[in-house]
Amino acid sequence: MNTFTVMKRELRSYFTSLIAYVIITIFLVISGYFFYTNLVMFVMWVGSDVKLGLWQYTFQDMRFLLLLLIPLLTMRLFAEEKKLGTIELLFTNPLRDLEIILGKYFACLLVFSTMLLLTVLYPILLEVVFSVEIGPIAVGYLGLFLLGSTFIACGLFVSSLTENQIVAAMSTVGVLVFFWFIDWNEGIAGEKAVVILHQFSLFEHFANFTKGVIDTDDIVYYLSVIFLFVFLTSRSLESRKWRGIK
Amino acid sequence: MHAIEVDHLTKFYGPARGIDDISFTVEKGDILGFLGPNGSGKTTTMRILTCFFPQTSGSARICGYDTLKDPLEVRRRIGYLPESVPLYLDMPVRSYLRFFAEVRKVPSRQRKSKVEDAIERCGLNAVAHRLIGKLSKGYRQRVGIAQSLLHDPEVLILDEPTIGLDPKQIIEIRNLIKNLGGNQTVILSTHILPEVSMTCNKVIIIHEGKIIAVDTPGNLMKRLQQKPQILVKADAPDNEILPALSSISGVIDVEKRTTRTGDGEFYAVSTQEGSSLVNELAHCICDRGWKLHEIRPVDMTLEEIFIQLVTEEERVKQQ
Repeated sequence: MNTFTVMKRELRSYFTSLIAYVIITIFLVISGYFFYTNLVMFVMWVGSDVKLGLWQYTFQDMRFLLLLLIPLLTMRLFAEEKKLGTIELLFTNPLRDLEIILGKYFACLLVFSTMLLLTVLYPILLEVVFSVEIGPIAVGYLGLFLLGSTFIACGLFVSSLTENQIVAAMSTVGVLVFFWFIDWNEGIAGEKAVVILHQFSLFEHFANFTKGVIDTDDIVYYLSVIFLFVFLTSRSLESRKWRGIK
Repeated sequence: MHAIEVDHLTKFYGPARGIDDISFTVEKGDILGFLGPNGSGKTTTMRILTCFFPQTSGSARICGYDTLKDPLEVRRRIGYLPESVPLYLDMPVRSYLRFFAEVRKVPSRQRKSKVEDAIERCGLNAVAHRLIGKLSKGYRQRVGIAQSLLHDPEVLILDEPTIGLDPKQIIEIRNLIKNLGGNQTVILSTHILPEVSMTCNKVIIIHEGKIIAVDTPGNLMKRLQQKPQILVKADAPDNEILPALSSISGVIDVEKRTTRTGDGEFYAVSTQEGSSLVNELAHCICDRGWKLHEIRPVDMTLEEIFIQLVTEEERVKQQ
């Protein structure tokens, strides 16, 4: 119930401050452009593999957009409250830390889901002229949703560490990019280590979804990373108790 | 049951001491003034009472609930205005208040009337629909106060509620607080002395993390107006030492007292302003062959702080 109250306030703030509109617009414009160029490319050159290849490319491109845009959505979650001092009000009201964290997390998730849902327009439009297979596309969206949810959890945690929103956004991008590239260099890590590093890569787990494959491995991976970051956020909020500063 | 019960409360920030062994109680309906210069530990105490962070040792209870064991129960019973008056600047006043009414579980049927009531009491009618970020400092302060009292909390904790307001607003807020007394218990902190005498019926003076006086504003004023004193601890028959010390020129009065901790007795020598009679008094005692244990000007802290407070008050007036 309290989670819902916090979420409502947070959502309201997203939309009155225009952040949500701006980010949703940018996301739609650019992912629309990606979709268009991929479509043109497949129709003109590749031709044979429009059914799967087109979406694989499009989802990979959207993944890159999420990497850039989600940190901008999450940066304010705690950093702004710390800057304004309103975090003191939240902490001295009858709210549990977890209610605050989840309220904020779900608000951001809802904004993200909205922008993701709006892109469903692309397959619907395509369906008019070309038959579309729903299965793989749905799986791709599930993948994007899980990936975005993980980014949000990461951004939420980083935002709880600072009162500077720019620092929060930049650091979140930093963490995410690091986990993108973590398994890129076999030469340094050695072949066996790379197998392990693969398991930690945020993007490696995403690849299956774009191919229309659901692997419980990947789902469990994303859920555990989300859980880890929510847990870290609660630890970070609790640090006020032993640090004694806001 | 006391409304607020603070027992040997100590808080360290790393090696730095925030407050040091503070104990006091506040009864239901009291308006307690927390008086002290900046950095003396007022905010620290309030933040412990509001469960913002825990103490290093000691305990604090509000309406019988321990701040460490039942933080949610405590938070349900308090209204708190932090010193910096934090506000969500992108919200209109009314939605802001409604948010806190929801968080504090004001039943949905009463929510509207409680919010409107708080708006009315704090004189926010004219700006209730406006964004908080567009309001002046005085209005923001009132929104903060409205937020703290909208759910009729049993205990109201206000950290510097009148800072930054113009004189007319200050009077309004003081009247508002005075009218709360009775059902609600109020703690307000300030570094302005007259504020305390105008609104509070109990005063705690705190300095460098320690309580140096607990009294009614009236008694406190009397104590502050006393002449400088010198404390003398000596082994001597009372009937001889009292006249002997009184006869020294510059001494106004000599009184035998028990120390605050109750473990000893001393003579409090009131002297005329500006004279330092420590030498004369010491000679007088030693020459007669009595044992002198201790002699020093009485802990002037209260006086010093008073001066500090007064100069601060003057500065505020000048601004």
